[in-house]
Amino acid sequence: MTSIYERFRDLLRSEVPVALATLIEGPDVGAKLLVEESGSTLGGLGSEQLDRVVRRDAIAMLDAGTSEVRHYGPKGEARQHDVSIFIECHARRPHMVIFGAVDFTRSLASQGKLLGFRVTVCDAREVFATRRRFPMADEVVVDWPDRLLKRIGSDLGPRDAVCVLTHDAKFDVPAIVGALPTRVGYLGAMGSRQTHEKRIKRLMEEGVTIEELERVRSPIGLDIGGRTPEETAVSIVAEIIAMRTGRNAPSLSEGQGSIH
Amino acid sequence: MHEIFDDIERWRSADQKVAIARVVDIEGSGPRDPGAAMAVNSLGEVAGSVSGGCVEGAVVGEALELLEGRRKAGITSFGYSDDDAFAVGLTCGGTIHLFIEELDW
Repeated sequence: MTSIYERFRDLLRSEVPVALATLIEGPDVGAKLLVEESGSTLGGLGSEQLDRVVRRDAIAMLDAGTSEVRHYGPKGEARQHDVSIFIECHARRPHMVIFGAVDFTRSLASQGKLLGFRVTVCDAREVFATRRRFPMADEVVVDWPDRLLKRIGSDLGPRDAVCVLTHDAKFDVPAIVGALPTRVGYLGAMGSRQTHEKRIKRLMEEGVTIEELERVRSPIGLDIGGRTPEETAVSIVAEIIAMRTGRNAPSLSEGQGSIH
Repeated sequence: MHEIFDDIERWRSADQKVAIARVVDIEGSGPRDPGAAMAVNSLGEVAGSVSGGCVEGAVVGEALELLEGRRKAGITSFGYSDDDAFAVGLTCGGTIHLFIEELDW
């Protein structure tokens, strides 16, 4: 029979989301419940009611990707402190989708990998979107942005990012319009302030509302004076981090001055 | 925990006992988030880390006591206080709570 450790190890190695709940204070220190995203479990914490409550909480925490100690009554009652359970969550890797197979994309894809993202590069132009140019990406897709987003959009969530680097309205507009209805946490579009103004006009012609536009970080990145593809990539991932942590870092999209 | 499986596997296949220490909570400033893990075998060999190197030495001591049956699985905390400047703690000023147990599950 597979032990909890072996199951946990195998799931982590194959990058399947899993939570491991360990009883760290209470009657049965060390008891464990392994919870998979599907809801199936292995092990137990000493009470069926407690298992049921922890299973529910672990599934919710897997979505957010946080690990923490939770306190319960002996049978899983809320607002009691008889047992402490450490719920360690291993969520799926966040997904970064980069539209536009340009020079900046190489740097951003590398930065994305460094931060643990699964990186997809997408461009409709076959000559640009090649594995050879983006060996660091997890996948390189030759397709139109709106078509890719139709396929994967429902999988995008708060921890994911869509970065539009084409700065060609022909590709930018369908990428942004396609990303807006998704739950993606970060949506940014590259371009000078002039490009940005023109893009806003085009987007509004497509029926995008002012409130929806507020979700788009454009010009993309933090205002750190980045110029090269590498520096620009740092400013973009820094903006993604700041958005996730809710920290106040100056975004280019909130300023007026020159972007370099 | 991902990064320590290779070492754990090697130790297990050599029939060595393994202790695991995991960060379960941090108060104030701490270098690693909950879930960071290190493993220690009965020879005192180490894989992974739970801080920036501040408390690992002390964790090895706790892990060996556990594997030798001189302590039970449970929470061990490390903090920093001014009047106890040479005790083990985090130089960044936080308190770290670890859960230490034997890998027998």
